[in-house]
Amino acid sequence: MLRYLARKLFIYLLTFIVAVTIDWAIPRFMPGNPVDALVSRIAMMPDANAALTSYFMAAFNLDQPLWQQYFNFWKALFNGDLGRSIMLFPTPVTTLIGRALPYTLGLLLPSILLSWYVGNMVGALAARRKILDNTVLPLGYLLTATPYMWLGILLAWLLGSVLGWFPLAFGYDQALKAEWTWRFFGSLVFHWVLPFASLFLVALGGWAIGMRNMIIYELESDYANYLQALGAPARLVRKYAFRNAMLPQITGLALQLGAVVGGALATEIVFSYPGLGWLVLSGIQNQDYFVIQGVFLFIIVGVLLANLIVDIVYVVVDPRTRVGLQGDAA
Amino acid sequence: MLAVSDLRIHYRTLSGSVKALDGVSFSVADGEIMGLAGESGCGKSTLGKALIRLEERMQYVGGEVSLDGAALPIADDRAMVPHRFRKISIVPQYAMSALNPTRRIGRMIDELLDSRGIRGATLRPELERRLAILGLAPDVLGMYPIELSGGMKQRVVMVLSTLLDPSLLIADEVTSALDVASQKKVAGALVEFRDRGFVKSMIVVTHDLAILAQIADSILIMYAGKLAEKAPTRTIIEAPAHPYTRLLLGSLPEVGIRFEERRLPGIKGRPPSLLAPPQGCRFRDRCPLAFDKCAVEPPFVEIAPGHQVACWKADAHAEG
Repeated sequence: MLRYLARKLFIYLLTFIVAVTIDWAIPRFMPGNPVDALVSRIAMMPDANAALTSYFMAAFNLDQPLWQQYFNFWKALFNGDLGRSIMLFPTPVTTLIGRALPYTLGLLLPSILLSWYVGNMVGALAARRKILDNTVLPLGYLLTATPYMWLGILLAWLLGSVLGWFPLAFGYDQALKAEWTWRFFGSLVFHWVLPFASLFLVALGGWAIGMRNMIIYELESDYANYLQALGAPARLVRKYAFRNAMLPQITGLALQLGAVVGGALATEIVFSYPGLGWLVLSGIQNQDYFVIQGVFLFIIVGVLLANLIVDIVYVVVDPRTRVGLQGDAA
Repeated sequence: MLAVSDLRIHYRTLSGSVKALDGVSFSVADGEIMGLAGESGCGKSTLGKALIRLEERMQYVGGEVSLDGAALPIADDRAMVPHRFRKISIVPQYAMSALNPTRRIGRMIDELLDSRGIRGATLRPELERRLAILGLAPDVLGMYPIELSGGMKQRVVMVLSTLLDPSLLIADEVTSALDVASQKKVAGALVEFRDRGFVKSMIVVTHDLAILAQIADSILIMYAGKLAEKAPTRTIIEAPAHPYTRLLLGSLPEVGIRFEERRLPGIKGRPPSLLAPPQGCRFRDRCPLAFDKCAVEPPFVEIAPGHQVACWKADAHAEG
């Protein structure tokens, strides 16, 4: 067990280093230079430009050779320093992320977990009711094939524009001050519904189909047949089938996490929702190296952590992985 | 005592009904181990399965089955439930994968017993005793199926299937997937279970006549959905009356003969399609003794006490 964990941790560490390196490199591959953009915004006299540029290049350490910048980046990272934003200079990137994170988490966690739970339940029911199956299956395929952004736009158009039930954009009513009052909280929830619904619905279809197929497969497996031959009631057989069908769904959850994060970016952009996706978009538009790096770093850490948790959960729920470990250790 | 009369089971397929069992009548006495043999697709496994649980694509067409004097409602899945496990049980062909892979074996058995209204704890000592008879330590109950070898899983399934002392046990190809040493052990265990009274009678479905020669009291040979011959094991081995039985036995290797010098004969041709089986004797096309009368289907008749054959020429051969 310990050996298994150690090996897993090592793999995750390697992944982390590679991912962070790519994360550092990507903004630097973009054409142009953030300091030029910054300077052109604040400078008025053309001859002041050169001085300002060299000053800011030095301030952001962008005048150093690339390898030096790379090591600086790692050093700062270990000190919890993600640098300062260029577009909102001099706000630290950590502050920007801290402001955006609650919105993204508030969107992602409920939509991932609820769609997973509800999708599995609906799929399991569909596996044994013909009528449900005939409706859930096509609907599920339709939903799961829908791009997040497209469904977001559709919902915004229908429920926002046409029916006017929900606001079209932003995290809360821009006329309100961000404070802990009931009115503000209500506005938050109100603005949350549409982006949540689009994430939830797209993921729901995939889970329902996956679960339905797995349950049908499990119900036709040898152990299910044997139990039925010994007169076991459908209740027991279904209980076993459900539990075993859950295993691939847990793996699926881990795999989906990365995709859902991407979906959240698209959805946040559609609804101008002030989460990490929105932040990264403005970071890219302003060539803000440090904001882009910082947000992606957060996503990397989040996905890796979630996968690690799933790996550990898997050992607990599936005895076969445990036996595999013992075989390895021997 | 099992009595089957004129049992007909078809498989529904897209191209029509496959008549896998086409009017089968026989009986198995208390204490009898009956071997059920024949080549692939002859209906032997269908017969074994039909007696305990019809699969979805299996269609009951007709016939009666009774066990210990009471009718078995094999066509009614629900009505069969009280009989399963308690009166009639099965060791399936897939015994190696018959246990839920994510449950400890002991817990799975408890949950199964519990679902049938039996307290698992009361049967625990008996369960452990029977595992010990087959050389399994009680520890296996705390293990997951994957921790056991194939042969061990098979033995666990044998003990579980017979735990409620059923009147009839169907052992479906139980030795097919095992190496010779394990085959011998499993075959011995079947006999031992009968001798100890864990099961009253047994149908051993297999294509392996050598195993049957060791353990069966009688052997029933099937061909293309029909019965060909039933007789005590000795008679089948030493004086088979049906030409198919004889060819089947002739296809087996014998000790002491070098097959580099003499090829095993085998049986030429293939069994007929059961979608639209031919009139008359179904073995006619492959039979070296076939003659005009074989266009009429031969009845399954007794030619000597306990010896039934479906062949027009059977009498002559039994004498000669």
